[in-house]
Amino acid sequence: MPDITQTDAAPPSTVHSLYKAGSGRRITLIVFLLFLLIAAAIFSAGIGTVAISPEDSVLSVAHACAVSVQNFLHTYLPAVGAWYDSIPFTIPSPSNPQAELIVIGFRLPRIILAILTGISLAVAGAVMQGLLRNPLVDPFMLGLSSAAAFGAAVAIVIGPGILGGLVLIGSNSFIIILAFFFGWLSMLLVYGISRARGVNQATLILSGVVIGYIFSAGLIFLQYITNNDQLRDLVIWLMGGMWGASWSAVLLLIPLTLIPFILLERMSWDLNAIAAGDNVAKNLGINVNRLRLSGLMISTFAASCCLAFTGIIGFIGLMGPHICRMIIGNDHRYLIPCSGLMGAVILLISDTAARTVMSPVEIPVGVIMYVIGGLFFLFLIIRARGRGLY
Amino acid sequence: MELVIDTISKDYGQQRVLDNVSFKMGDGEIVALVGPNGSGKSTLIKTLATILDPTSGKITLDGADIRGIDPIELAKRVGYVPQSFSYTLYSTVFETVLMGRRRYITWSVSDEELSRVQLALDSLEMGDLAGKFMDELSGGERQKVFIARALAQDPQVFLFDEPTSALDIRYQIEVMETMRRITREQKSSMIVAVHDLNLAYRYADAVVVLNRGKMIGYGKPQDILTPDCIRSVYGVDSFAIENEFGKFIVPFRARP
Repeated sequence: MPDITQTDAAPPSTVHSLYKAGSGRRITLIVFLLFLLIAAAIFSAGIGTVAISPEDSVLSVAHACAVSVQNFLHTYLPAVGAWYDSIPFTIPSPSNPQAELIVIGFRLPRIILAILTGISLAVAGAVMQGLLRNPLVDPFMLGLSSAAAFGAAVAIVIGPGILGGLVLIGSNSFIIILAFFFGWLSMLLVYGISRARGVNQATLILSGVVIGYIFSAGLIFLQYITNNDQLRDLVIWLMGGMWGASWSAVLLLIPLTLIPFILLERMSWDLNAIAAGDNVAKNLGINVNRLRLSGLMISTFAASCCLAFTGIIGFIGLMGPHICRMIIGNDHRYLIPCSGLMGAVILLISDTAARTVMSPVEIPVGVIMYVIGGLFFLFLIIRARGRGLY
Repeated sequence: MELVIDTISKDYGQQRVLDNVSFKMGDGEIVALVGPNGSGKSTLIKTLATILDPTSGKITLDGADIRGIDPIELAKRVGYVPQSFSYTLYSTVFETVLMGRRRYITWSVSDEELSRVQLALDSLEMGDLAGKFMDELSGGERQKVFIARALAQDPQVFLFDEPTSALDIRYQIEVMETMRRITREQKSSMIVAVHDLNLAYRYADAVVVLNRGKMIGYGKPQDILTPDCIRSVYGVDSFAIENEFGKFIVPFRARP
C-alpha cells in the first residue's frame, strides 16, 4: 500500500489506483464483448443449411448497405448521389451469388432480433436488480412473462373467435400487440398496488409475484379449453424463439431498445446510490420512489416490446447482469451496457445453436438457454455459498 | 450556520411519536439525542434528514425551511448516517463512500472526488480497506464505511442515528473523537442519537433528552444528565463519579 501520509508529492493513493484499475477492467470487458458480439454475428450469418464464408457474410452486409445508400441518394439527393458514384472504391458482391439473399433476407434480421432482445432483457434485469436491491429479480419475476403469455394466449385462442376470420391463427400482429399490452399492463398493476402501499422493494416484488400467478391462472385456463392446433401455436410461443424475425420487426425494435437503454443509462449514478439504501439515497437528494417507478416502467416497456415478438425468453435478464456484476462490480454506468452486450452475446449464440444443432429441424432457443442458465445458476449458488452470501 | 428545530411534532396514524420538540444549534456544535428505545430519536433524525415530513412545526437551516430547499442543494448541506443500512453484492468500500460525492458528480469521477473519498477513509483509518467488498467487512467496519460516506459528503450538518451501535469501545471513542475534531475544524455541526450516556457526556455540547416523543431536557450534558433525570427517563438508578479524566455516569440498577 502506498504511503498516503506524505501528501506533498501527491502519490497515487489506493482509491485513485483502485478506481483507475476498475475503470480499465470495465472498458476492457465492454470492448471484448463488442468484438465477441460482432464475431458471433458473422459466424451466425455464415452457418446454416447453406454455409456462407465469413468474407461473404461481411461483403453481403457491406454490399447491401452500399446499394441501399446509393438507391436512397439517387432517389432523394441526386447531387450527392453523383458524388457518391464518383468514389473510386466499390464494394464487390459476395462470391457466392446466394449469399446476399440468404444473409440479408433471412439470417440478419434474426441475428439483429436476437441481439436486441438480449440487450433489452439483460438491461432490464440489471436495472431491476439495482432498483430493488435484489440480485434474484429479473423482468419475469415481476409478473411480466405470465402476463405477456396470457396476452398471447388470448390472441391465439380467443382472437379468431372475436374477430371472425379477420385475424388468422398464423398472423402474428394480434399476438404481438396483446402480448405487449398485457406485459405492460402487469407492470401498471404492480405499480398501482405498490403505490397504494408505499413503494418499497418488498411490496413491489410481492405484488409482481402475485400478479404473475393471477395471469398464470388465466393462461392455464385458456390452455385447458383450447383445441389442439391453437394449443400447439401457444406452446410454440411460450417456448420463445426468433421465429418472428423480419426487417419490419427489427426496424421497429431498434429505437424501442436504444431509447430505453439511453434513458436507463442516464439513471446510472442514482442506481449506484440506491444500493446504499433508500434513506441514504433520499439524503443524497434522489427521489427514490420516482426513480424506482420510472426505472421499472422503462425497463418493462423495453422487455415487453421484444418479448412480444419472440415469446418467452427466460434467464437472460438474470444471467447477463450477474456475470457482469461478478467481473466488473456494481457501477451501473458500465454494468448496464456490459449486461446488454452479455445478454446479446448469450442469446445470439444460443439462437444460432438452436437453429443449427439439429438442422434442418430447429429446436426452441429456450432449450439451449435454460440448460446454460441452469448450469450457470448452480455455479452462482455454489460460488455465493463459498463467500457466505444468500 | 444555524439550525432551528421549531415545535416539531410527528404522528404515525393516531400515535404521536414526536411532541413539540424545539431546540437550535450553531457552527461546530454537537448535540446528542438521548432517550430510551422508542423515544423518537430516529424519527427526529429522519425528519431532519427530510426522509419524513413533520406533522406540524418546521425546521430551518440558516432561516430557510428545509422542506423548501432543493433536495439536491440540501444533499450538499446535510449528511445522514442511518441506523441500519444496506449494500448490494459486489459493492466495494470506496464505491460506497464515493456515493457521498453523488451531488458533485455528473458523469465521470474527477481526481478531486477520489481524493475526498481517500481523505474520508483515512480520517477513520480505513484507507487499507478501500478495495474490499462490503460483504467481506465486519458489522462495525461496515458502519464506519457509512460514516465515511457521510464525511465524504462534506456537509454543514451531520445527522447520525446511533453511529456507534455496532462498534466496539475503541472504535466508538475513535469515531466520536474524529467527529469532534471535524466539527471543530470545519465548523460543521452534528446531531447524534446515542445510547451510551457517557459518549453524550464526553463529546456533546448540548443534550436533548427525549421520552415518548416529548423533550424532557435540553442543555449542557452536566446540567441535564443527572441521576434524577436518568431515573425518570430510563427507570434506572445511577451515580456520577468524577476523577482526573472527567465525570462519568454509572447506571447500576433497573428500578422495579
